[in-house]
Amino acid sequence: MNDRVTPSRTAPDCIRLSRRRFLQVLAAGTGVLMVGIRTASAGDAPLPLAMLGDNFNDLGAYVRIDSEGNVLIGARDPDTGTGVATSLPRIIADELDADWNRVSVVPLGLGVTDNNGQPRWTYGRQIGGVGGSIPAAWNDLRQAGALARWLLLQAAARQLGVPADKLHTDSGMVIAPDGRRFSYASLAGDASKITLPSNLPAPKTPDRYRLIGQPAGDVDARGIVTGLTPFAIDNYYADTLVAVLAHCPWPDGTLAHSDFADTMAVKGVVKVVQLKPEAGQPWGSTVIAPAVAVLAEDTWSALQGRQKLKLEWKPGASGSESSTALEQQADILLNGKTDPTARVRNDGDVDAAGKKAARRLQATYYQPWLAHATAEPMNCLVRLDKDHASLVVPTQAPQQACAVVQRLTGLSPAQIEISVPRVGGGYGRRLDHDYVAEAVMLAKAVDKPVRLLWTHGQDLDHDYYRSGSVHQLSATLDRKRALIGWNQRMASASALVRRGMPDNRLWTSELEADQLPAALVPNYRSDWYALNSSIPRGPMRGMPQLSNAFAVESFIDEIAHSMKEDPLDTHLRLLGTSRQLPLGAGGVLDTGRLTNVLKLVADRIGWKNWLHSVNGLGIACWHVNGAYVAHAIEVAMQGEKLVIQRVVCAVDVGRVINPQGLEGQIAGATLDALSTALNLAITFKDGQIQQHNFKDYPLASMTQLPDAVEVITVPRDDLPPAGASFLAMPTAAPALANAVFRATAVRVRRLPLMKELLRLL
Amino acid sequence: MAPAQDLATPASTIVPEKARDGIDLEVNGEHFRHTGDPQMPLLWYLRDVLRLTGTKYAGMHGETGADLVLLDGKMVSAVTQPMAKLAGKSVVTVEGLAANDGSLHPVQQAFVDEDAIGCGYCTPGWLIAAVDLLRRKPKPGDDDLDQLPNLCRCGCQTRVRSAIKRVAAGKAGQA
Repeated sequence: MNDRVTPSRTAPDCIRLSRRRFLQVLAAGTGVLMVGIRTASAGDAPLPLAMLGDNFNDLGAYVRIDSEGNVLIGARDPDTGTGVATSLPRIIADELDADWNRVSVVPLGLGVTDNNGQPRWTYGRQIGGVGGSIPAAWNDLRQAGALARWLLLQAAARQLGVPADKLHTDSGMVIAPDGRRFSYASLAGDASKITLPSNLPAPKTPDRYRLIGQPAGDVDARGIVTGLTPFAIDNYYADTLVAVLAHCPWPDGTLAHSDFADTMAVKGVVKVVQLKPEAGQPWGSTVIAPAVAVLAEDTWSALQGRQKLKLEWKPGASGSESSTALEQQADILLNGKTDPTARVRNDGDVDAAGKKAARRLQATYYQPWLAHATAEPMNCLVRLDKDHASLVVPTQAPQQACAVVQRLTGLSPAQIEISVPRVGGGYGRRLDHDYVAEAVMLAKAVDKPVRLLWTHGQDLDHDYYRSGSVHQLSATLDRKRALIGWNQRMASASALVRRGMPDNRLWTSELEADQLPAALVPNYRSDWYALNSSIPRGPMRGMPQLSNAFAVESFIDEIAHSMKEDPLDTHLRLLGTSRQLPLGAGGVLDTGRLTNVLKLVADRIGWKNWLHSVNGLGIACWHVNGAYVAHAIEVAMQGEKLVIQRVVCAVDVGRVINPQGLEGQIAGATLDALSTALNLAITFKDGQIQQHNFKDYPLASMTQLPDAVEVITVPRDDLPPAGASFLAMPTAAPALANAVFRATAVRVRRLPLMKELLRLL
Repeated sequence: MAPAQDLATPASTIVPEKARDGIDLEVNGEHFRHTGDPQMPLLWYLRDVLRLTGTKYAGMHGETGADLVLLDGKMVSAVTQPMAKLAGKSVVTVEGLAANDGSLHPVQQAFVDEDAIGCGYCTPGWLIAAVDLLRRKPKPGDDDLDQLPNLCRCGCQTRVRSAIKRVAAGKAGQA
């Protein structure tokens, strides 16, 4: 599927899917039908062009049916554990009425051709792990399947002399009115020669879905449990040198003194190479910090060589930074009178509401810095030839990786081949490609293929972290206990600094203008204060909802407590009657859908016992890009041990493509969020990260986590699917902290929770 | 039948064999000899030399458990085992769990049944840990499962728990 296919038609037929997207048939050989989607350029695209795709002349292949009856379906987005290698092909397969048992899924890798030195993306959008794969696929991949099915029907109609509308399809067969059955395999060759319709064939009506909405296991499951599915780290080229690195502790530091003699004496070590960040390049596109690379014939030799390096690094300006000092700076800003860096939202008049208030509350919440801590460390395999580059990259965004390779090699996009096998976790880390830049620089330096391998310690020490943040929330209530004023002030170091983002948009990585309880409180203001830091930052799973939902949903619980009200009731009063409120970023907040998920988790966990339960019960809800989520959690303290006894999560994501996959994502994100909230914090002192391994950065073990996560999915087949990969992240931590408050009477306003709880108990 | 001594190799031609370099060991039922650095950890031998890449890098001390293998039937972290210690030993990696005819080990089957997979990188380590646990304790309780050393950021722990319980209940491969 990765082969470059030459279309047989000089003026290829195509059908317009939308203003920018086209469907196309390609003849890939005798007896084979292929259907692809290509996308046109868009001058006014709201997304970066690179994400939409702009390919006019080449073809992106998604479906391939051969004369043996095998159906190959391409999965365009990298699967970092989100299940898109299963769900996206099932969308196509359902529209095609393919027999799922005959379908093989192929990771497509980067699809790119050359347009005067600029890339043209063959498959349109190719980005994984940001919650957008299924919504995007719903708009175009369905059509690819529907067109392929339409063509097969036309081919059968011609063979039989029967109108196509008298035929129907089922599990890889076209079925005639008299019951005769014709396999897709026998029709594929003829179907590829059919002239395309002038209008798009209508996709199925939902009552005819056979795969969409039905549970399916991960397509890679068998390969993974047998150890045979390769990750990027499992690939080798012939005659390759293994590269391991020692990075400078400071991104802006320098190498003051070095001695490589002992390293070069290690058997197997071939070369030592110094790397430096390229001046002026944004974060994530070049080397993250100065480094010394040891290149050797095998991993063990390289690691031994690294151990024998004698390096003396000198700090740069960042050498005076500490996470404690940054937090103090935040406190000063939030308690001072200076204007915010950005006024994110300002509804009504918060100050006037404050004067009329019958009751006022204020609380401040603290979030730590976080690292990505992927299971598969950063790595990259690269081979550079004079007119070609081959790479195997564990990336969430192969198109962005391509841009880095293009810049460093001077090759044209069509000369760059990037395979993306299954990815061992992304969480946003692999939207950046510093490690690709390192591997390419090293391959150039040694004129040999290079396998770059980071250790987990490096992953923790040299990350594009999520900034710590301080959230100061104030609320005013009237005499009837209605929330009439809400003022949120947040301070953090933007993840968008040094990434080409204009200053007035730096807040967008840190908080959302539409986040709860915006649109529900008449006087609502949110301000953002910038913290300055040279510690690298970047995108992180669940950002910015993760930190904000903890503050907001903890604070609503505190408001409920101050009124001696059941926090579920406080939420329900706040959400009010079921209605659709327009959001500034587009879309709506459907208060009915949010209320529904809240009630579902409350019913399941037995919320009516909330006040009298010996254990602590906590609840929280949030909305993310048109999807709705609530958590209810029950905890008990056994001495100093916090036992999470039950976790219930309800989600409303519109139509569900793969319920089993969704449940896995929701349960998984819940556990990730709990692990993060319980234990995790990155700190730095003298500009140096203080966590170097999983003892310092302790992902939760089995014993800390709940035995089960009960997932409730709201059936909403009337609505298009929304993304879900991080949907369950935001509400787990506040529901946990609220439950801990009921169990212990201790209000935890600072994460990680366990450390703070033990301090306060 | 001719007398046996007529066929025997003349004693004068028998010479002692030269001492062989290397470390003989068995991996997934097959014999291998390592002739490289005896201090090379088993992890890199499996991955770089034998290209058995199912066993994953899991930190310099095996912190995440993704590099677990069975050494003479017992779970160990492959990165902590220098080849020098492994002469005459038997190693089973995730690639060696399934039967020769390709049928899955009950633990593998149960992981498929329960879809107990996140990104899948740490899965081989969980499988080995589960096999080791079930060998020691065929009917493990939740407290036993709590002791598994593996880490997973994707959050597959609850599904792993279900999968191991499924094996213990003899229900791997059943609906």
